[in-house]
Amino acid sequence: MKKPQLDHHHSQVKYISYFVGFALSIVTTLLAYFFVVNELLPKEILIYVVMAIAVVQLIVQLVFFLHLGRGNRWKVATFAFAVIVVLVVVIGSLWIMHNLDYNMMNMTPDQMTQYMNENEGI
Amino acid sequence: MTRAEELVAIHEKKTLGFWIYLMTDCVLFAALFATFAVLKNATAGGPGGSEVFDLPFVLVETFVLLTSSFTIGMALLASVRGFKKQTFFWLFATFALGVVFLSMELYEFMVLIGEGHGPQQSAFLSSYFTLVATHGIHIAVGLLWMAVVIVRLWRHNFKQTDINRLALLGLFWHFLDVIWIFIFSFVYLIGGMA
Repeated sequence: MKKPQLDHHHSQVKYISYFVGFALSIVTTLLAYFFVVNELLPKEILIYVVMAIAVVQLIVQLVFFLHLGRGNRWKVATFAFAVIVVLVVVIGSLWIMHNLDYNMMNMTPDQMTQYMNENEGI
Repeated sequence: MTRAEELVAIHEKKTLGFWIYLMTDCVLFAALFATFAVLKNATAGGPGGSEVFDLPFVLVETFVLLTSSFTIGMALLASVRGFKKQTFFWLFATFALGVVFLSMELYEFMVLIGEGHGPQQSAFLSSYFTLVATHGIHIAVGLLWMAVVIVRLWRHNFKQTDINRLALLGLFWHFLDVIWIFIFSFVYLIGGMA
């Protein structure tokens, strides 16, 4: 049976891409882990560092394992759309729920006045 | 167009269709991630993430899944080149790693439930179990699919359509790896901070 043949150069590139992808994901995972376990940074900054490393890992996986961008442009287009939907769902949920929390704080009017004075400068 | 070119074109269309399915699966996981993020601190007097997560254990779990993502890539490359023994070696390795991962996850769940921290204890634990178990179910389905692909490759002696199936399975497996990386970062690392 005849199979579509890959040329030699292309096949080398693919093997390298998996090795590099694997090495990079191991390194980034360890990096994020050690930052958190050893509490190298204050928590507020640490959260953003871990998020940034997660995004780097996503890009590594997309490029080296899923080979996004090579070949079909529709894959990139649907991926971009999915990213937008995911961001709207996640950020939107956090935003609206935080707002609800804020508006439904369980306080008496006196406590609320005090809270406003202390935290909001009103 | 020759027959071989036609088959390649059909495979490309199927790959795009499967890719679009993966993107919709992303949306499903986004909803579960959003739920977890909102309910992270709703512990109802029960334990928070920092008290129940065993980070070294989860790190090993992550390595197992990352390695399986690499081995399935190797299996795909070997199959395209017609290296049959190599393909089976890498596929069995992937399958074994998938089983190890799933067993570790189930063990983690059993320990939590055994300590009384089941999904019914708090909204935080409900959202945690839903998110992580949904990923686990995907892995279980992936393992079933992998078994089917292994049997088909064996019985039909590396027919091109079966190699194409393996390529789609590879996409699915890498996708689950990406989802896990987000679970590891957002649920375990960030959710596990004191």
